[in-house]
Amino acid sequence: MSSMKRYDFDSIRERLRGTQGEELWRSLDELGDTEEFREWLMHEFPAGADVWLEGLSRRGFLKFAAASMALAGLTGCANQPFEPIVPYIDQPEGRPSGEPSWFATALPRRGFGTGVLVKSFEGRPVKIEGNPDHPASLGATDAIIQADLLGLYDPDRSQVVRKGTSIGTWDDFSREFVPVMERQRLAGGGGVRLLTQTVTSPTLRAQIESLLRIFPGARWHRYEPVNRDNVYAGTRLLFGRPLEPRYHFDRADVVVGLDSNFMTDDPGAVRYAREFSDRRRVDDPETSSMNRFYSIHSNLTVTGSMADHALPRKPSLIAVYARALAQHIAGVGGGIELARDDAHWIDVAARDLMAHRGRALIIAGEGQPPPVHALAHAMTAALGGIGSTVTYSRPVTDPESNVDSIRELAHDLDGGGVEVLVILGGNPVYDAPADLEFARRLAKVPMSVHWSLDEDETASKCRWHVPASHPLESWSDLRAWDGTTSIVQPLIAPLYDTRSAHELIGTITGSPMHGHDIIKGFWRTFGPVRALLPPSPKAGGAPLAPNPAAEGAFASWWRDTLARGVVAGSTEPDVAVTSDPAAIARLLGEPWPAIDESAIDVAFEPDPSILDGRYANNGWLQEVPKPITKLSWNNAALIGPDLAQRMNLANEQVLEIAFRGRTIEAPAWIVPGHADRAVTLHLGFGRKAPAQTAEGVGFDAYPIRFSDSMTFTSGADVRATERRRDLVSVQHHNTLAGRDHVRAATLDQYRREPDFVREPEKEPKHDETMYPPYVYPRYAWGMSIDLNSCIGCNACVMACVAENNVPIVGREQVERGREMHWLRIDRYWAGPLENPSTFHQPMLCMHCEDAPCEVVCPVGATVHSSEGLNEMIYNRCIGTRYCSNNCPYKVRRFNFLRYSTRGDEVMELMYNPDVTVRMRGVMEKCSYCVQRIERARIKADNAERPIADGEIVTACQQACPAQAIVFGNANDPQSKVKKLKDQKRDYGVLTELNTRPRTTYLAKLRNPNPELEKG
Amino acid sequence: MSEAPLIGPSETDASITATVSHLALRKHAGIGWFAGVVFTFSLVLLLFYGIAYLFIRGVGIWGVNIPVAWGFAITNFVWWIGIGHAGTLISAILLLLHQKWRNSINRFAEAMTIFAVMCAGMMPLLHLGRPWMFYYIFPYPDTMNMWPQFRSPLVWDFFAVSTYLTVSIIFWYIGMIPDLATLRDRAPKGISKYVYGVMAFGWRGDAEHWERYEKTYLVLAGLATPLVVSVHSVVSFDFAVAQLPGWHSTIFPPYFVAGAIFSGFAMVLTIAIPLRAVFGLQALVTERHLENCAKLMLTTGLIVDYGYLNEFFLAWYGNNLYEKFHEFATATGAYWFAFWIVILCNVGVTQLLWFKPMRIKPLPLFIISILVNVGMWTERFVIVVTSLSKDWLPSSWGMFFPTVWDWVIFIGSLGLFTFLYFVFLRLFPIVPMAETRKLVHGESE
Repeated sequence: MSSMKRYDFDSIRERLRGTQGEELWRSLDELGDTEEFREWLMHEFPAGADVWLEGLSRRGFLKFAAASMALAGLTGCANQPFEPIVPYIDQPEGRPSGEPSWFATALPRRGFGTGVLVKSFEGRPVKIEGNPDHPASLGATDAIIQADLLGLYDPDRSQVVRKGTSIGTWDDFSREFVPVMERQRLAGGGGVRLLTQTVTSPTLRAQIESLLRIFPGARWHRYEPVNRDNVYAGTRLLFGRPLEPRYHFDRADVVVGLDSNFMTDDPGAVRYAREFSDRRRVDDPETSSMNRFYSIHSNLTVTGSMADHALPRKPSLIAVYARALAQHIAGVGGGIELARDDAHWIDVAARDLMAHRGRALIIAGEGQPPPVHALAHAMTAALGGIGSTVTYSRPVTDPESNVDSIRELAHDLDGGGVEVLVILGGNPVYDAPADLEFARRLAKVPMSVHWSLDEDETASKCRWHVPASHPLESWSDLRAWDGTTSIVQPLIAPLYDTRSAHELIGTITGSPMHGHDIIKGFWRTFGPVRALLPPSPKAGGAPLAPNPAAEGAFASWWRDTLARGVVAGSTEPDVAVTSDPAAIARLLGEPWPAIDESAIDVAFEPDPSILDGRYANNGWLQEVPKPITKLSWNNAALIGPDLAQRMNLANEQVLEIAFRGRTIEAPAWIVPGHADRAVTLHLGFGRKAPAQTAEGVGFDAYPIRFSDSMTFTSGADVRATERRRDLVSVQHHNTLAGRDHVRAATLDQYRREPDFVREPEKEPKHDETMYPPYVYPRYAWGMSIDLNSCIGCNACVMACVAENNVPIVGREQVERGREMHWLRIDRYWAGPLENPSTFHQPMLCMHCEDAPCEVVCPVGATVHSSEGLNEMIYNRCIGTRYCSNNCPYKVRRFNFLRYSTRGDEVMELMYNPDVTVRMRGVMEKCSYCVQRIERARIKADNAERPIADGEIVTACQQACPAQAIVFGNANDPQSKVKKLKDQKRDYGVLTELNTRPRTTYLAKLRNPNPELEKG
Repeated sequence: MSEAPLIGPSETDASITATVSHLALRKHAGIGWFAGVVFTFSLVLLLFYGIAYLFIRGVGIWGVNIPVAWGFAITNFVWWIGIGHAGTLISAILLLLHQKWRNSINRFAEAMTIFAVMCAGMMPLLHLGRPWMFYYIFPYPDTMNMWPQFRSPLVWDFFAVSTYLTVSIIFWYIGMIPDLATLRDRAPKGISKYVYGVMAFGWRGDAEHWERYEKTYLVLAGLATPLVVSVHSVVSFDFAVAQLPGWHSTIFPPYFVAGAIFSGFAMVLTIAIPLRAVFGLQALVTERHLENCAKLMLTTGLIVDYGYLNEFFLAWYGNNLYEKFHEFATATGAYWFAFWIVILCNVGVTQLLWFKPMRIKPLPLFIISILVNVGMWTERFVIVVTSLSKDWLPSSWGMFFPTVWDWVIFIGSLGLFTFLYFVFLRLFPIVPMAETRKLVHGESE
C-alpha cells in the first residue's frame, strides 16, 4: 500500500460550516466525504490482509518469565520476617476464608502519593481502588493507578541482581559494593553521587540526608523527565518562593486553562476531575448551574476535550494569549496583536472572569514556561481567587529544577571525579535530556548501580542492576501534592528477591535493615508531627531526638494510621501569599521572547497511558486506547488538520523531525482540534530493552528533547516522507451518517427545551414483543452514565480490566479488531474540524430487557436473570458468536485464541477469584460486576435486609474520577440510579430496536458563552 | 414434442447397462482419474492440516473479529448447502412432476448433494469457538435437563441440515440398490462382487421387489421435496431472524432457496459437462439435459436478481437510515468489489442464458456455470461479511480480512468435495441404469 490518504480539507470545512454542532462526526475519514475521498476510503483494502498468524509474543515472555521465576526462586527462598500489616477499618471479625480483606496504602504517581485501598484475597492483592479518605483520590483513581496492579505481577519485571549480562545475588553485590563505599567513606565521599526521581517519602528523605552526613562529599541529584519545574519556578517568580498550588474547582465558576491538562497530568488530577465534574452536574434544568471552562491548548487532551470554548494554539503562542488576557484583567493596554476572532475570544473570556470575582481561576499547564505560570497566578490573584479557587502550600518535594540537577550530575560525570553513582529508580539513559548524552557519561563511572522495577536501557549500561520491590510489596511512605502522608504497607511479600529503596539505602550506609523496621523506626523516632517538618534544604542538620512518646500510644497511632491510609494532620497548611495588584503589570513588563508565528512547534508530552515511559511494560496501559486518538500500542506525531492540509499529510505518513542535528521519525496522526503549526510527541515509547512488552512499540521522542526545551521547542524542522508506518487505532471508521447515539445540547437549550433528548416516535411500545414481559419483584439492576461528567480518561476501562480478569491480546490482535475490553469509550466530534467539540461515550453491555443476543444463542449460554442482568454462562458457550452479530452495540468480546494467562504461575496470582477466567472459544462481556452484586447479596441476606442503594459499586463506577457512572436498583424509586434515569436528559441508545437497554445515558450539556456561540 | 431426445437414438437396455457398469467395474480407470484423485486428496490433506491447526490454536487463526464474527466458514456453509439443493430438486421434485429427463442425471446430482452437504455440515462445526462442545446444540437427555435454546435459528439449522443429510443419503442409496445389484451380477468374482452384493441388500429384481422399491422411492421423494424449500429457508433464518441491517429481511427465505437452486444447477453443469465428455456419456446426458438445467438456472437466477432489486427498493422505500446506509455501503463500501462480482456473475452473466446456443453448447455453458458458482459464493460473502462490518454504532465498525487459513479451509473443502466425487465416479453406477433403461422404452411410447 503505497498510496496515502489525502484529505480535501477545504471541502470538509465547507461541509461542516453548514452544520451546527448536533451533527456528530467521528474522524477525518468520515468527514472527507467527497467522491474521491470516499472512493479512496471504500476501495481501501489495507495491507495485512494475509497476516500469517504469529504467536502471541507475550506468551513467549511469560514462558521466559516462568523460567526466570523458577531461577529467582532458588535465591528467594529465605523466610520473610514477621511484620504485621493492618487491614482497612471495616474488616469483619472472624473473617471466613474466601472473603477479601482491604488494606489502605498509597501508590506513587510521578512520585506523589495517591491513597488507595487494595483488595487482597488470601494474601494476593487483586484490585486497587481509591481511598475515599485520601484527598488525591476521594475514592477514585486514574487509569495508571488501576494498572499498577499488573506492574506488581508483570512478568517483564526485573527479578534478579545482574552484573552486566550475568545473574548475581545480593551477596555478590554487597561483597563488591560495600568495600567500595567504605573506601569512599574514608575519603569523604566526594566520589559518590545519588540520582533519584521525585522523592516525597519522609523516610527516604531522612535516610538520604543521613547518607549525606556519612558521605559529606556526596551529592544528591533528582531527575524526573516530566516534572513540575515550571510550576515551582512560576510561583517563585511571583511569590518569591516555590509553592505548590492547590486548585479548588468546586469553587470556580469560570476556569481558563493555559495549555493545562489538570484532569490527568497534575498530581491532584483525580481530585480536580471530580471537583470539575461536580460543577457540571445538572440535575434540574431550572436550578442547576454549570461552570464554564475556556481552554487555550495545543494538543487536544482529556481536559481540553471538556472545554466549553477551546482555542487551539501552538504552545509557544499560549504565552501571548496569556499576556493578552492579563492585559484585559489588569486593564492595561496594547502591544499584542491577535487575530480579530482571537482578540474577541480573549475579551469575552476576560469579561467572564472579571464578572466572577473570587470564583474565577486561571491555570497554566506544566509545559508552559514559568512566566506564564506567574501570570496565571497573578491573574487569579487579581480576580480574588487566592484563598478561594486556589491556595498554596509548601511543595512536598524538593522544588529545585530537575533539569539543573541532572545537568550538574552530567557535568560531574564528565569531570571524572565520580566513583560511585547510585541510580535509585528512573531510566536516565533513556529519558535524560538528549544534550547531556547521559549514556556516554555514565560509562565513565567505575561503580554504577541501578535500582529499578525494570531491566531497562539504564540497567544494561550500569555495572550493577538490582531489582526493586514494587510499592505493593514494600514498606514506605508517600506524600500527596497537598502534603497528606500515607504509610505504604506491603500487601504481599516480595515475589522475587527484591529490595525497596529504603533497604538499598540501608545497604549503602552499612546498616542493612528490613523495610518494615526502617519505616516504623522512622515514625517512632520522629513521630507524626516532626517527621513532616520542612525538608531540610540540603544535607546536614543534626538528627532529631527520639520521640519520648509512650510505645503504647505509638502502637495505637501506627495501627490507626495504617488502617486509615492517611497520617492524620499531615496535610500541609495553606501558606498565606499575596500578589500585589501591580504584579501583572510588572510581569507583563518583563522581556517576553519573540514568537515566530510561522515556525512549527514540537511539544513533548507525557503519554496519557504510560507517562514518561515508566509504565511502558504495562500491557494493560499499552493496550488501552488513548483517550483522544484511540491509538493502541503506539504513539504518533499528533498534528492538526491545518498543518496536515498545508503539508499534504496523511495519517500514518512518516514525518522526519530534526532538531539540532538529531532526527527522529514518527508517523503522523491527525487530531481534529489540535493546534496548527504544532506537533505533539508523546514520550515513553520506542524502547530498546529486549524481550519486553514495550520493545519496539512506537517511536522514541527523547532524542530531540534538550535540556533547554523540555516541554516544547520552536526550532525543529518537520519534513514529510513518503513512507508509511501502520498505527493501530480501535476507532478509525467512517460515517456516522446522522445517527444520534450521542445527544447533546447547551445548557440554555436544555432550559428552553427540557425534552430535547426524547424521541418518542422512534421508540416502539414495550408490548411489541412475542414474549411475555419479565417481572422483577425486587431488584432490577440498571446503570446511568452522565455524558456531561465523563472526561474519557480510561480509569473505568482499566478498572474493568483489573476487576474482571480481562486479558491482554497484543498489538496484532488489536489490529485485527479483537481487543477484549468489556467497556470501551467511544469518542465523537462535532463542529468545525480545527476546533470541534468532543464527546466521550462509555459503551458497555446495555443489559437489554429484550436482549437480541439471548434469542439467537443456540445453547442458552446467554440468558436473562431474574433481576434483569444479561448473563454469560461461559461453560455453556460453544462459541457460535451469533450473539455478537446480533448485538447492536457490539460490546461482546470473543476469545478468538487463548488469551488468558492461565497456567502462568505469577500472572495467576493476579486473578480476581470471584470472576471466571475465560478459556479460548467463549464469548464474554460486561456482567455489571455480578460478583459484586452477589457479594452484596450475601451480606444483605445474612443480615436479613434488602441490598441498600449504593451498596453495590461496579468497578467502573468505583474508579471514575468524575463519578459519571451510577449503578443500582432501578426498581427502587429512591435509588440514585432511578432518580438519574428519571431526569429529562436520560435516553437510551438504539431504543428504536426495542432492546430497552438497562444502561442509559444522560445527555451531554455544554455551557457556552452566548457572546461566543449562539445557544 | 419437438424437443431434442433425452437419450441417444442408438441406446438400448444392454448398451446403457454396459456403458455404466463398465465405468465402475473396469480394471483401470486411467491416468486422468488417478491424477485427479492424487491432486484432490492432497487438498484433503491440506484441509486436515488446516483443521488440525484450527483445533490446536482456535478460530483466531482466521480473519474473524468483532464486529465481523462470521467469515469464510459461514459463507462456505451457506454456499455448499445451497449447492446441494439442485440434486434434491432433480431427484425428488422432478420425479414427482414426471420430468423424465431427470433420470439420467439424478444419480450424480444426488451424489453432489450428499458431498456438498457433508462439506457444508463440517463448516459450522469448524467455526465454533469450542467445537468439542458441539453436541450442546443437540437435544440429548442431559443430566441437568438442559435443552438447546429453541428460539435460535442455529438450532433449527442443525435439525434442517442433519435431516437433509439423512434423507439425501437414504434417498440416494435406495435409488441405487437395483443398480448395485446389476454391478454385483456383472462384477468378476472377488471382493468387489462381495461388497456390491452386501450393498445390494439381496436385490433380485423380482416384481415384488420392484413394487416395494417404487413405493418407497416415491415416499422418499415426497419426504425430500419439502426439504428443497425448507432447508435453505431455515438457513436464511440465521440471517433474517437477526436484526442486522442487510440480514433482517422477510424476502430472505425465497431468495435463499432460489439462490440455492441457482447455484446448485450451476454445480450440476460444472460436473456434468466434463463428465459426459470424459466418460463418453453424451448419449445419456444429452443437450436437452444441459438446456433444461440452463433454463432452470435462468429462472432461479431471475428470482435471485429480483431479490437484489427488492433489497435496494425496500431500503429506499422504507427510508430507514440504517438500511439505506447498508445498501449504500454494500455497493460502494470497502467490499464494493465483492458486490460487483455478484452483480456481474449473477445478474450479468445469467442473462446470456436467454440465448439458445449458450444453453446447449457445452463450453460456454460450462464457463457460465463456473461464473455463477463464483458469483453465488461471493454473494454469500457479501451477505455475511459486508453486513457485519458496518452496523449500528460507527465506533464498532471493522473490516474482515481473510487469512491464509480461511483459504485453506475453503480450498480444502473444494478438495474434499472433488475427492469424494472421484471416489464415487470410480465405484458407483454414476447413471441410474434402471431408470435410464426406462427412457429407452419411454421415448418409444
